[in-house]
Amino acid sequence: MNVQVPPQKLTAKDFASDQEVRWCPGCGDYAILKAVQISLANMGAKPENTVFVSGIGCSSRFPYYMATYGFHTIHGRAPAIASGLKIARPELDVWMVTGDGDALSIGGNHMFHVLRRNVDLNILLFNNEIYGLTKGQYSPTSRVGQKSPSTPTGSVDSPANPCSFALGCNARFVARGIDIQAKELGELFSRAREHKGASFIEIIQNCIVYNDGAFSDFAEKAVAADMQIHVKHGQPMIYGKAKNKGLRLNTKTLSIEAVTIGENGVTEADILVHDEKNRVLATLLSSLRPPAFPEVLGVIYCDPAPSYELQVKAQNDAALAKGPGDLDKLLRGGKTWTVAA
Amino acid sequence: MNVQSGKGSEPTDGQQSKAEQQSVVVRFAGDSGDGVQLLGSQFSLETALAGNSLATFPDFPAEIRAPTGTTYGVSAFQINFGSRVIKTAGDQPDVLVAFNPAALKVNHKQVRRGGIVILDSGTFKEKEIKRAEWDSDPRTNGALADVRVIEIDISQQALECAKPFGVSQKEALRTKNIWMLGLVSWMYDHDISGIVESLLKKFGADDPVGKANVAALKAGHAYGEIHEVSGDLGPTHFAAVKQEPGLYRLVSGAEAVSWGLVAGAQLAGLEAVLASYPITPSSPVLHILARLKQFGITTFQAEDEIAACCAALGASFGGKLGITASSGPGIALKTEAIGLGISTELPLVIVNTQRAGPSTGMPTKTEQSDLYLAVWGRNADAPIPVIASRAPGDCFDVAIEAVRLATKYMTPVMILTDGYIANAAEPWKIPSMKDYAPFKVDFRTDPNGYNVFMRDQKTLARPWVKPGTPGMMHRIGGIEKDSLTGNISYADANHQLMTDTRAAKINNIANDIPEQGVELGATKGKLAVVGWGSTFGPINRAVSNMRDKGLDVSHIHIRYVWPLPRNLGALLKSYDKVLVAEMNNGQMLTLLKSQYLIDAKGLLKVSGQPLKIDEVENAIRAQLGA
Repeated sequence: MNVQVPPQKLTAKDFASDQEVRWCPGCGDYAILKAVQISLANMGAKPENTVFVSGIGCSSRFPYYMATYGFHTIHGRAPAIASGLKIARPELDVWMVTGDGDALSIGGNHMFHVLRRNVDLNILLFNNEIYGLTKGQYSPTSRVGQKSPSTPTGSVDSPANPCSFALGCNARFVARGIDIQAKELGELFSRAREHKGASFIEIIQNCIVYNDGAFSDFAEKAVAADMQIHVKHGQPMIYGKAKNKGLRLNTKTLSIEAVTIGENGVTEADILVHDEKNRVLATLLSSLRPPAFPEVLGVIYCDPAPSYELQVKAQNDAALAKGPGDLDKLLRGGKTWTVAA
Repeated sequence: MNVQSGKGSEPTDGQQSKAEQQSVVVRFAGDSGDGVQLLGSQFSLETALAGNSLATFPDFPAEIRAPTGTTYGVSAFQINFGSRVIKTAGDQPDVLVAFNPAALKVNHKQVRRGGIVILDSGTFKEKEIKRAEWDSDPRTNGALADVRVIEIDISQQALECAKPFGVSQKEALRTKNIWMLGLVSWMYDHDISGIVESLLKKFGADDPVGKANVAALKAGHAYGEIHEVSGDLGPTHFAAVKQEPGLYRLVSGAEAVSWGLVAGAQLAGLEAVLASYPITPSSPVLHILARLKQFGITTFQAEDEIAACCAALGASFGGKLGITASSGPGIALKTEAIGLGISTELPLVIVNTQRAGPSTGMPTKTEQSDLYLAVWGRNADAPIPVIASRAPGDCFDVAIEAVRLATKYMTPVMILTDGYIANAAEPWKIPSMKDYAPFKVDFRTDPNGYNVFMRDQKTLARPWVKPGTPGMMHRIGGIEKDSLTGNISYADANHQLMTDTRAAKINNIANDIPEQGVELGATKGKLAVVGWGSTFGPINRAVSNMRDKGLDVSHIHIRYVWPLPRNLGALLKSYDKVLVAEMNNGQMLTLLKSQYLIDAKGLLKVSGQPLKIDEVENAIRAQLGA
């Protein structure tokens, strides 16, 4: 008699490798690592079918701490290496971990292409607005005026907004979370894994050494309710301690306004309802930044389209369906002639 | 007059009598839109089907359609063929076909003294002559005093032929190349029925353009017979060359390397992923493999050269054969990712179709100047095997060997070909796959006793484990790793050990490759001419000629550029003198000097053109004081 033994449910610990974690004490990366491990266990992921690919930087040490397959690669190139892996092995669950410098500076080109191609990867961009591993230089997401060893009198270049960038690249899944919000992150990871195609999650992450408090204006618990909005598909975009703040579309200027319900004649009916399939809305939402607006968190955009590697596989399968190639026949194709003995 | 008696054919100075009636060098030149390459490749196929030996040299500009009539828009195709074994595309054309004044301007000086120039007089109008940078009409200004000129208004001929079919003037003029194919087919006694068939097949029997082409072909063929020039031009018949029995085809280096990669993957029992970025002259490898999905080949046109190499490496991490193909500037961009492949010890095949540089250099012109890049061109101590192909057909076996070494030793391997080999075609005896011994990859699936960087005692290769294998989850990366577990390690002794092991693993390959042989001549003596890659033909012919004259000279041709064959040092030291002939500024020369401390000399050429037999002969004479 065959007794089906249900596979033992894995826990977060089963996804933690035996390697000592070497981030600075208090680094936001710890919380994200824990959230990923918990989520994978909750989702019933198989460690042997899971691969973490990373580039270079603090965040890119991530794979070493996961008891899955992992590839710590070179600066900025994780999207290309992960693409090659996913094209070769579409059945694997491939995650990519990167940072603001890795993804948007040295690897900006690859990030653009992996998103527009829609390779089925779960991409986690840890955004701390600073270079940590190279000791504190300003990054492409640092705000204007950022003082750093390479910009002692303040940076002058305009920062990139990761989620806006992703939407501009035609990404089909764009979300944002905060390192310390484990539950919300878990939900985002789950949605990202379900989504077939490139899933892009910006994770706001505090660098305790070189950029501590960069996000305190919206990430701190004390201000969170008033400075964060967690958007959910089909629900009005209301936030605030008193649940009386909301986002409204000004149709004349085609822009979003932060309003208070009950003031200046604003009613709940004026508040926008989130539609995660609406790219225009997503573009508007992704660009809102504190302090003028709350930080928009959650799934900003999700509108699936066929993933790259499955379309490639379909073409390969179609070719193979006509019969596997015969190399001897191929070599003898075209004009040939015989030299007699 | 006999067009076959010149020194421009393979045999050279002092050997003209031997050459008589045995071979001829014909060069077609025209605007890049004149269809010169099509003419050349069609004529090559006819020549091969006639059983002649041949070598070709497509020589074209980087500009796709340069302004009409300019010298920089000239495209040329040279073929050397005949009833003797042909080893090069020929030093000097015996016959030049020039479709316009610019083609004449660029090519006329190469024609051997006493050779024939056939030109399209229909294009020699004042404006065209001026645009081609002639001060005055070259037909009358003495520029062609050393050659015999045959003027034919080919443009007019083509227009006349096309008239009955109602095609446009533009379409009619585009049959000029086919008209010329008819004439040269008559000149060398080739049967044109096969071409008529293929033209009808290509265009469809009722297509007016197809009909115009067939008419042009027949008219060109008839022209030779009915005009007075016939006495000068032929027809000349070259008898079939004695060749090894078997089934033959024409093959270019790009085809042979692509098919060799497919063959190598099959022998290894692997599916392959080719990730590439378009670059001249490497792109045909991507085009060819993109059509071979039924062989388990996936192709990926990456966003840039770096991504291409990275994606190939990602595929190798996934347990497939990662391949990337490029040319010099692209290879330069890939070097960091190749370093990652070395550090993580994953298989990767890199095809480098070399071109003239530095930087963009001359994309369509050939050179062998990436040897340093291949052997030494990475940060830190980062050795990889490097293998060079000597001829188009040879690329097939070189590609198989690259796959064998990459998978057996878990290492990136670089194949060096060049623009000449990639584009040139040669008759190739088609191999049978049953004659190749498989080298099936054995993925490790047993977790017992597994360590990521444990090594096979013989090959020093680490095990290859596919993600998806239960119980063997592991992490690799570019950071230095513990020599056994693969965990991050900055320990000083460990880095020394890993660096030494990486070097030993590659050096050890010298025990798994053939000893260096001698192509021609004795294994010791006064002079060895050493070559590698596409210079095989001219060196071999030159050494053969000089040996016929009684000179003590041997030809050694290196396939394994790194690691070098284990006997090479001793072999080179058995000659009084060593001359390294290569198309760069002395890269193999430096490599050999550094490895063996020998006083070798160089015959170095970087003109974007293949080495000539004549140049090698002169260098041999100079070395031997003969």
